[in-house]
Amino acid sequence: MKILLMGNPNVGKSAVFNRLTGANVIISNYAGTTVEFTKGIMRLAGQQVELIDVPGTYTLDPTNKAEQIAVEMLNEHTDDDVVVNVVESTNLERSLNLTLQLLKHKIPTVVALNFWDETKHKGISIDIEKLENILKVPCVPICAVTGEGINQLVERIKEAKPSSLEYDEQEKWHEIGNIVENVQTITHRHHTLLEKLSDASVKPITGIPIAVIMLFLAFKLIRFIGEGLIGYVCEPAFEKLWSPMMLKLSNLLGSEGFVHDLVIGHLVEGQIDYGQSFGLLTTGLFVPLGAVLPYVFAFYLVLSFLEDFGYLPRLAIMVDTLMHRLGLHGLAIVPMLLGLGCNVPGVLSTRILETRRERFISATILAIGVPCAALQAMVVGLLGKHGMARVGIVYGTLFIVWLILGVLLNHIVKGRSPEIFVEIPPYRIPYFRGLSKKIWIRMKWFIKEAVPFVLLGVLIVNLLYTFGIIQFVGEITAPVVTRVLGLPQEAVGALIVGFLRKDVAVGMLIPLGLTAKQLIIASVVLAMYFPCVATFTTLVKELGVVDMLKSAGIMLISSLVVGGLLNLVLT
Amino acid sequence: MGNTIGKRISLARMRAGQKGKIVRVSGGHGLARRFEALGIRQGQEIKKISDQWMRGPVLLQHGNSQVALGFGMASKVLVEITGENK
Repeated sequence: MKILLMGNPNVGKSAVFNRLTGANVIISNYAGTTVEFTKGIMRLAGQQVELIDVPGTYTLDPTNKAEQIAVEMLNEHTDDDVVVNVVESTNLERSLNLTLQLLKHKIPTVVALNFWDETKHKGISIDIEKLENILKVPCVPICAVTGEGINQLVERIKEAKPSSLEYDEQEKWHEIGNIVENVQTITHRHHTLLEKLSDASVKPITGIPIAVIMLFLAFKLIRFIGEGLIGYVCEPAFEKLWSPMMLKLSNLLGSEGFVHDLVIGHLVEGQIDYGQSFGLLTTGLFVPLGAVLPYVFAFYLVLSFLEDFGYLPRLAIMVDTLMHRLGLHGLAIVPMLLGLGCNVPGVLSTRILETRRERFISATILAIGVPCAALQAMVVGLLGKHGMARVGIVYGTLFIVWLILGVLLNHIVKGRSPEIFVEIPPYRIPYFRGLSKKIWIRMKWFIKEAVPFVLLGVLIVNLLYTFGIIQFVGEITAPVVTRVLGLPQEAVGALIVGFLRKDVAVGMLIPLGLTAKQLIIASVVLAMYFPCVATFTTLVKELGVVDMLKSAGIMLISSLVVGGLLNLVLT
Repeated sequence: MGNTIGKRISLARMRAGQKGKIVRVSGGHGLARRFEALGIRQGQEIKKISDQWMRGPVLLQHGNSQVALGFGMASKVLVEITGENK
């Protein structure tokens, strides 16, 4: 027996999934958060049952890839499978379109009416008993984010049965209209504050200032929280608590030698310098946990709030015209924003775009022009000492590159991109528990992904130096690295390690004592020239080998051109 | 402004705040199917919430649901104006 969770996009299927399985799947307030189906196990009457979170679909007559997956999964069902059809109580008419199509398949079904709590604020009342009598399957009101009604839902899954409801396909909307009229009464009410804010967010005169203010505040808040955590928590913790232990360990290891240098690194004037020592337990831990994690936390705090509040689809409307110049539409802003945290989820979410063309363009300009939080944290930390204006040059350059590449690709890549067509969910005040859980999932994911690679990166840095490989490669690549980019030969080490982790790569620049100009060039080139290994494998999976090679060619060429230009222009 | 009531114009050319009833969706079966899935179909009462400069996307509301669609797509939806809302 399997249970399939099905419903329109953004009706909270993943929230129900998390409730039923105790799993942690990312949920947001926009359509298409689940682009791939997720499987989990739930307990039902003492038995372990497989539960599948199917991507959202409006109809069983598929109009895009996610819907196709949903329909295929439904067609593969066996006789004892059950569909839990999650519907939006505040949008009964649209939801019932899918419900009727599902009932026609004669699979045992239970209807879960989610967002039941919202019906009260919206002046909607639904007669559940009547609805059950009409649909002839169990109907259960729930609120997945708070967990209300979930137990009743589980109870009634046992009662799931094929519906005996019959209707004429030609008269489907008429039938739906009748059902809605029968079970639902609406009382008039005034616009709520959130609805007024929603309208203001999508009208040009108020929406553009709101977008600018939102993004500005988001940026300020991320810096404030990130820097605050580094300055008041992480650095003191490492220096006051961790350093003394490391110095003792350093003594134990004899203060020098290969093993000592690998574990502790080089001491600077008898002290540990987390920027320069480059040992596994010093720089290797400080980079991901001390320097990057605070920014990752701050970033995901702000992004997750905006996601759950429902701002992203509205931002998509406001930037739609701009994105069309890049051969994309407004929704492509979602992968770009996710990419500012980590390029991997960014590239994955390009699936919310319909065509291959859009996915190629967006993944390519994302991997080149959108720096991840790890890289940004290190660049701000290193270059920020020379003034924020210099950091601004890095961001500005990357933004212009992102823009120009998008415009070029839009002209070069064959085909046309479709227009935006998406449901805009209402603004919702995020639940604290849901929000903190989501941030926690993302932080855990970061630590699991980043720390091993950073340690591996630091290990490789040590091996590269020990065996003189950096010098060797440095001499071969000198014409490009020194003449075109104006960087010292040793900087090639950062470019090698950048394949693994960009934050470690920036860290490798610290001991080189670069000028501000060189730091700007190195930061921009590191961001652009090639994705880190995690992003690379994701790109291969999403684009295929051929398109990935094209994309990689664009990365290498554009980074050389831009790095060379910066070297000529900057003084 | 009462004289606009009863007029038939495309969703793209409707003004923000106007209400209307969808008369016809042109542009082929595929588009009509995608529209229908999101509740944009003949006879549906809608309200235009906003449009953007430079032929940007249009936002409409029907019932409790809001849908954003590109200007080109909105041009394919013919609407009979039923009211103004200020």
